[in-house]
Order: sequence, then structure tokens, then C-alpha cells
Amino acid sequence: MKLIVNGEALNVAAETLSELLVLMEYEGDWLATAVNGELVHREDRFDRSLNDNDRIEILSPMQGG
Amino acid sequence: MLTLYGAEITSRLLLGTARYPSPAVLAEAVRQSATEVVTVSLRREMSGGRSGGTFFEMVRALGVRILPNTAGCHSVAEAVLTARMARELFSTDWIKLEVIGNHDTLQPDVFGLVEAARILVGEGFEVFPYTTDDLVVAERLLDAGCKVLMPWCAPIGSAAGPLNPTALRAMRAHFPDVSLIVDAGIGRPSHATAVMELGFDAVLLNTAVAGAADPAAMAAAFAAAIAAGNQAFNAGLMEPRDMAVPSTPVIGKAVFT
Repeated sequence: MKLIVNGEALNVAAETLSELLVLMEYEGDWLATAVNGELVHREDRFDRSLNDNDRIEILSPMQGG
Repeated sequence: MLTLYGAEITSRLLLGTARYPSPAVLAEAVRQSATEVVTVSLRREMSGGRSGGTFFEMVRALGVRILPNTAGCHSVAEAVLTARMARELFSTDWIKLEVIGNHDTLQPDVFGLVEAARILVGEGFEVFPYTTDDLVVAERLLDAGCKVLMPWCAPIGSAAGPLNPTALRAMRAHFPDVSLIVDAGIGRPSHATAVMELGFDAVLLNTAVAGAADPAAMAAAFAAAIAAGNQAFNAGLMEPRDMAVPSTPVIGKAVFT
């Protein structure tokens, strides 16, 4: 499936958001996710199916002012 | 004591966590500043959650409150989504709301700011809006449900200090019961004292500490300067005047001629 993950085009065989995170070796509690501009809560990632050309954002805490 | 959305805060210095030479230096600066609130951002994670996790564990170990921000957002949609993602990550309703409107000055898009504030307050967020010193915008933000205002005193990172003290003074006078925090533009401790002497409730700064030769020592200097300015405001400052007035009583002065 063709996805845009954090601004980069990727071909990943993931049916759901949680599968995508596992395939990309994203782990830990310090990740917030959004699909096509909408927040996907941690507990909803298993049920959030992905489609071609979905835009996925994966954010984590960083230094800020 | 400073109360921000019901939270009682002793220190009137809020500190950013960016641009420090190392995590250890940041930790020491936080300790020396005695701050109880630090700002943290969100960025695209590129290393599988490990870099964000490491940083956040370090910040959590400091035992201070987290004020997530929407730094770098240039639209309402971006800022609102970032705020929602921040709440997911940091388990707090607090959000420092930035909607940047100009690339050169990094000044807020005040129209977008008000719109985003209204949306987020409606979702239960406790919004700390980074705004200008414009009174009408301030009114709109309060109408939107903000209980705290964070006007700039100069552009972010400029270290220029309060460019328009008259506007800041007016803001204090117009909103005597609103928590006002100067955010952005503070370069040196005397700047922080100056805005606190105007009656502001707190100062949020980052680069002036992070970019100092000795950030921990500078953090301590800012803490002292902010406390001094607050104490001076509460003590009642005299107004300047043009003419000299003798400080020693004239009555009883000896006459030798």
C-alpha cells in the first residue's frame, strides 16, 4: 500500500495503523498519531484501517520553547 | 502565588526546553531556575519513538509541569491537530497555542489564533495563547475562553526586550484579573525585571537561558530578576518626574551665614 508517512512516500504492507507502527519498528508510549489530519487515539490504532495515499503523521516529544 | 487554570505555581519563571547544549545542561538550568513549568514541543519522530521517549523521560524526571506547545504551526488546522496530539502524549489539557503568521517576525496570526483558541477551549483545553500586545485581540481571546494571555514583548529569539512598554502597561491596566505572561523577546534579566515591574504575572523564556555561556547560572539570574520585579511591583513603585525633589528634609537645616 502506498502511504505518506511523516511526509515521505512509502510502500508498506500494513492494513491498520497499529500494523504500520509495528512494521516500521515504532514502539513505546511516546507517539501520537494522525491519519489524514485527524487524531487517532492510542487505543484506536488497532481498528484504524489504512487506504492508499493516506497521510500519516507520527509525532513525539521534542525540545521546544 | 500564581494560579494558572487552577494550578498554584510558586515560581514566576516558565522555561523552554529548546537549544540547550545537552540534556544535562537543560536539567541543571531547570533546577537552578526553580521553574515549575517547562514547555515541550512535538515533532515528526524519525527513530521509531526512541528519541522522543528518551527526551520525555528526562523531562518527566525533572518533576515539573509540562506545557506542550504548537510551535511552528502556521494554520488553524495544524495548530488544532497538534494540540490534540499533544494532549494524547502529555495527558494534560494545557496547551501553549502558537499560530504563526509571518515568517520573518514569527508574530502570531491573531485571527487564526482566536479561531483556534475557540475550537480548543470548546474541547476542554486550557489555552495559553501566544499573542501580540493588541488589546482588541486580547479581548477576543478572553471571549473565546482563555484565562491566560501570553503577549510577546519582542519577536521570538530576538533578545530585544520590551519594545513597547506602553502597550504592556495598558494590557495590565485593562485586564487586572487575567494572568498575563510575557512570552518571547526577553534577552536579559533586566528585561524580565522590567516587565514584572509593569505588573505581569510571569515570564516565559528559552533562548536567553539556553544560549547563555552558562545556562544554569543564567537561569538562576533570571529567577532572581523575576522575583525582584514582582516584589517591586507589589511594593508600589514611585512614578518618575522631571524635576528634582530633595530626599533630605529641608526643615531644620543649619544656616551658616
